[in-house]
Amino acid sequence: MVKATKVTNNIRALRFANGEMTQADLAERIGVTRQTVIAIEQGRYSPSLEMAFQIAQAFTVPLDEVFQYGGEGS
Amino acid sequence: MTLEERRSWTYLAVAVVSYGAYLSAVFARAASAPLIDVDYVPAMLWSIGIAIVFGIVLNIAIGIFTPRREQTKDARDRDIERLGEHVGQAFLVIGGVAALLLAIVEADYFYIANVLYLCFVLSAVVGSVAKVIVYRRGF
Repeated sequence: MVKATKVTNNIRALRFANGEMTQADLAERIGVTRQTVIAIEQGRYSPSLEMAFQIAQAFTVPLDEVFQYGGEGS
Repeated sequence: MTLEERRSWTYLAVAVVSYGAYLSAVFARAASAPLIDVDYVPAMLWSIGIAIVFGIVLNIAIGIFTPRREQTKDARDRDIERLGEHVGQAFLVIGGVAALLLAIVEADYFYIANVLYLCFVLSAVVGSVAKVIVYRRGF
């Protein structure tokens, strides 16, 4: 069953805060397709830990400024 | 749409069309003879051969016409591919077990060959549908 991930993110806001970076720019920086950035941004795909760090590095912010976990107990 | 998503659609289309053509050929011949007596082997071999050739040609064509920036195969593509293979593999096992049981009861070759072919096609179709759904809706 397809279900939305509990991981939320601020990628869209961070892109705009970083000189209106496009999804294609971010995709190029972290070495994925633009569709993957779109899927992550919309919460349709949870990236690997390594990719999550690469995204945070692209914005030069800590990981928890990019991703938040909304699971039980949080 | 990424290259890998296009490939999933292609694989799905080729599997459905080639198997549909095979069924049409077999049922057309069955109009004049019992189904079990139909010479299904040439139609099956042509269907499989054409599916392989078309699959290769379409993959090359898609590779040529997909923009370069969408040709990267990334972690998400690999995750989705793994899921599709996992889902499709179940039908290969079902086909193998069904063929084994048919052989044990000494069923006609027609049934053994056709149950195997059907399960190969189902494996391809269900695996591709799973990939396409995940590409569209996420996981």
